[in-house]
Amino acid sequence: MTNLEHVITTSQYQEIIENNENVMICCGRMGPMCVPVYDAMEELTEESKNIKFVDMLFDIPDAHVIRNAPECAGFMGLPFTMYYKNGKVVKATSSIQSKEQVQAILNEVF
Amino acid sequence: MESNKYDVIVLGGGAAGLTAGIYLSRAKIKTLILNEGMVGGQIVLTHEIANYPGVENISGYQLASTMKKQAISFGCDIKQNIQISDLDLSGEIKKVIISNGEQYTAKAIIIATGGRSRELAVEGEDTFKGRGISYCATCDGDFYTDKDIIVVGGGNSALEEAVALTTYVRSLRIVHQFDHFQGFAHAIEAAKNNPKISFILNSKIEAFEGNEKVQKVTIRNLNDNTSQKMAIDGVFILIGYKPNSEKFTNHIDINPYGEIPTDSKMATNVKGVFAAGDVREKRIRQIATAVNDGAIAAIHAIEYIQS
Repeated sequence: MTNLEHVITTSQYQEIIENNENVMICCGRMGPMCVPVYDAMEELTEESKNIKFVDMLFDIPDAHVIRNAPECAGFMGLPFTMYYKNGKVVKATSSIQSKEQVQAILNEVF
Repeated sequence: MESNKYDVIVLGGGAAGLTAGIYLSRAKIKTLILNEGMVGGQIVLTHEIANYPGVENISGYQLASTMKKQAISFGCDIKQNIQISDLDLSGEIKKVIISNGEQYTAKAIIIATGGRSRELAVEGEDTFKGRGISYCATCDGDFYTDKDIIVVGGGNSALEEAVALTTYVRSLRIVHQFDHFQGFAHAIEAAKNNPKISFILNSKIEAFEGNEKVQKVTIRNLNDNTSQKMAIDGVFILIGYKPNSEKFTNHIDINPYGEIPTDSKMATNVKGVFAAGDVREKRIRQIATAVNDGAIAAIHAIEYIQS
């Protein structure tokens, strides 16, 4: 398990994106393409206090909010990573990202 | 700054770099591991390791985490997610400057920067990464249930992952640039005997096309130079690894394949600079051989700085 806050229900998901201005959610498994993204998020949690970093297990039923999100149409690589500003999706990526790539997205969207 | 002076700096925090860190720190050598990206290297990208002696079954992430903990427990400093911006390996005191301007010095350097998945570098590859192009069969295989896919490559990874992917897919074509495979005989046999697998040999992929995700590939036959477009649901690119040696091009000898030649002590052509792991010129790249390299490089680096 990661040291990030885990989202396990759609209501918790809704509450997080509505009550935080900037949110990054990584939805994956504890696999080779996902773990580096989680690790990057754990470091960024310390460095970017204005952003809420959370994870969600890809295979839990409530993760349909990410799996079936229109922004993830065509995604066929784990993890699915979503970025929200004021409750709206502003970016979504599929597959592995380095900390540098995640940081570039954070700088771009938040 | 005194705190930035080390006996040895290890560049890279994969199996070789962490092993060097463990050996050096345990010998009370002041050691710093600098790693671009997360510590762990290629091991972290391995789902399950079953052939590392003494460990029955472990995930790559767990093994790397344990190695990291061991290194830190002996006093090794580790900085990850840094970018190396400049190097001076020529003098007795070696210098490494990172992108925030901090400078680190050491009497010896061990280069253990490993490798990264080789890409085809063709049109559309960047666009469709994670959208039908994958480099990890165990991660993304289930997205291709009942789909028609291609695996590119002819080594053990490509052949073994292709067989594993047949659990999910309807059909699988292996596209390989030669008329023979580089994998072990048992891996070749398993692929050839699998009814879902067919082969497109002497061929290479030239382009990917699609809208939201990849839908077509262009394949060129290298024998008659003809090309064909093929409808496809996904492509797994498993064509080996490329050494992360570009930063050292003007500092040490590097062979035409991007690998760093060393002697049996893991010493490069530059005094006080050693290389270990997948970045080094060698044939077999396994966790066990990376660990071997890291230990040998560390011991000879200790001898070097104490001589």
